[in-house]
Amino acid sequence: MTTDAAVLPEPAPQPAAEDRWKALRMVSRGDVAYRLVLTLLALAPPFLLAMIAGELVRGAWPAIRRFGAGFLTHSVWDPVLGEFGALPLIFGTLYASLVAMLVAIPLAVGVAIFLTEFAPRRLRTPVATLVELLAAVPSVIYGLWGVFVLVPLLRETLWPVVRPALAWLPIFQGAFYGPSVLAAGIILAVMILPYIAAVSREVLLAVPAAQREAALALGATRWEAVWTVILPYGRSGIMGAVILGLGRALGETMAVTMVIGNTHEISLSLVQPGYTIAAAIANEFAEAATSLHLSALVYAALVLFVITVVVNALARVLIWRVARGSAAGSSAI
Amino acid sequence: MAHRTSRRVIGALMTGATYGAAALALLPLAAILAMLILKGAGSLNWDFFTRSSVPLGESGGGFAHAITGTLIIVGLACAIGVPIGVGGGVFLAEFGGGPLGWLVRFVADTLNGIPSIVIGIFAWTWIVRPMGKFTALAGAIALATILIPIVARTTEEMVRLVPNSLREAALALGYPRWRTSLQVVVRTAGAGIVTGCLVAMARVAGETAPLLFTALGNQFFSTRLLEPMAALPLQVYVYAVGPYDEWHRQAWAGALVLIILVLTLGTVARIITRGRRVSHG
Repeated sequence: MTTDAAVLPEPAPQPAAEDRWKALRMVSRGDVAYRLVLTLLALAPPFLLAMIAGELVRGAWPAIRRFGAGFLTHSVWDPVLGEFGALPLIFGTLYASLVAMLVAIPLAVGVAIFLTEFAPRRLRTPVATLVELLAAVPSVIYGLWGVFVLVPLLRETLWPVVRPALAWLPIFQGAFYGPSVLAAGIILAVMILPYIAAVSREVLLAVPAAQREAALALGATRWEAVWTVILPYGRSGIMGAVILGLGRALGETMAVTMVIGNTHEISLSLVQPGYTIAAAIANEFAEAATSLHLSALVYAALVLFVITVVVNALARVLIWRVARGSAAGSSAI
Repeated sequence: MAHRTSRRVIGALMTGATYGAAALALLPLAAILAMLILKGAGSLNWDFFTRSSVPLGESGGGFAHAITGTLIIVGLACAIGVPIGVGGGVFLAEFGGGPLGWLVRFVADTLNGIPSIVIGIFAWTWIVRPMGKFTALAGAIALATILIPIVARTTEEMVRLVPNSLREAALALGYPRWRTSLQVVVRTAGAGIVTGCLVAMARVAGETAPLLFTALGNQFFSTRLLEPMAALPLQVYVYAVGPYDEWHRQAWAGALVLIILVLTLGTVARIITRGRRVSHG
């Protein structure tokens, strides 16, 4: 094929040494600029985090100067008298989240085990997708469903049935009107379940197959392999998933606001209304008449900010230890 | 022998329990979707999409102002947040090995876990208070703050999936690094990056809390960015907690439209990257 040589392009003439140096300099200048622009864009998250912290402290400053740390331990919240103590809000936030965790953890870990160990192969992807869909439902829709479906269901159907058996318990004291810590806890449980399940699933998937096989080879049943080998192996990762879910529950706003009843009372009873930091902000901020009230709400937001940052950092450390590099933590949130 | 039987029974019971957990977890999803369709679909008519709120006592009215508002606010949030988030994500994937990369990654994940109501308060003290009024722009900035870390982290993951051999091929052809990165690596990861953006959009489109004190909501049709603007989730919230049956009916219809919007974004995202490792928001 002698013609081939003829259609080959002529080799490009070598540029003079001077031009080549010039070209190289141009190249490196483009690279430097590219890297600089990307670095600036990448600094946006740290900038935003610093701005959020700074703005919250600035907005909360009048309340911080007025109430100091006593804000966290006082339980009077009286906008008219200018008295603000966030203890009922902090208590309510933690209590509703605790209820949610108690409901969600066994279910979510159960779902994760189901998806990684027991589900028939053709069910795994569809069920995992459907569980993820739970995370896609907007908070306000959970709230809407809570107000018009869950609360009436609890009040009119479930409570009359279980009341005779449970009413003596301290956590079921008092009349039940519907909006309550219980309703908020259940809604929260549904909302955080997909997060805990998704991260736990990734953690369980990261357990080496050899661990499972070794347990089975020793004569363990499949459940025993899960209980004695796989779950302990993934323990810190599952803890991370749970704490990540806790972080979500603590800051969840709309659905909780709509079903928790919104009263500044501390009560252990699940059937009584309560309040959370996020719900109080959502409810009162727009109507706050005094600047001190606004500032107190920003102070409450600052408290919530600090709590969630600490909780999330803890979760990340736990998850990173297990699933280093696989970004298990980041992809599920 | 009895011991062995009991071990098997326990195993069967616990296996059954995980089936039960999966069923119980999916029950609320089915219940919510069913209620949305049952209660919302009947109210979806021409008026719902073409008219705005009407004064109490008049019948009819719709969500035109809220749907438009959501499209504008979310669109603006993406215009602000997507370039920043994608740039940050490419940085993390291409130059993120050092301490700065670690810091950005950690902070982005932290930012991701901050409650959206706190972001709303931040946008209020940062933008609304100095400007002296509630604006759609402030709402968009609040949503962009939520959007940026999500887009950055998914972009990073997608860019990392691009095989190194592509990079090497481009460099060997004499491409400078920045052109290799932009025209080969980022373009190859393009579909994945788009997916990440859509997932992030779906997430912020449903957010109510960051808009409460920023975009505020508006009973009237408005497209002005420096005025309060209605949004779908805000309108659903206001109507759901309001006292009128007519409002509740419209809240269900609005919620149905909202979830269709969110699920459509999510589904498109899934289709674009079908077969790859899809990141979920």
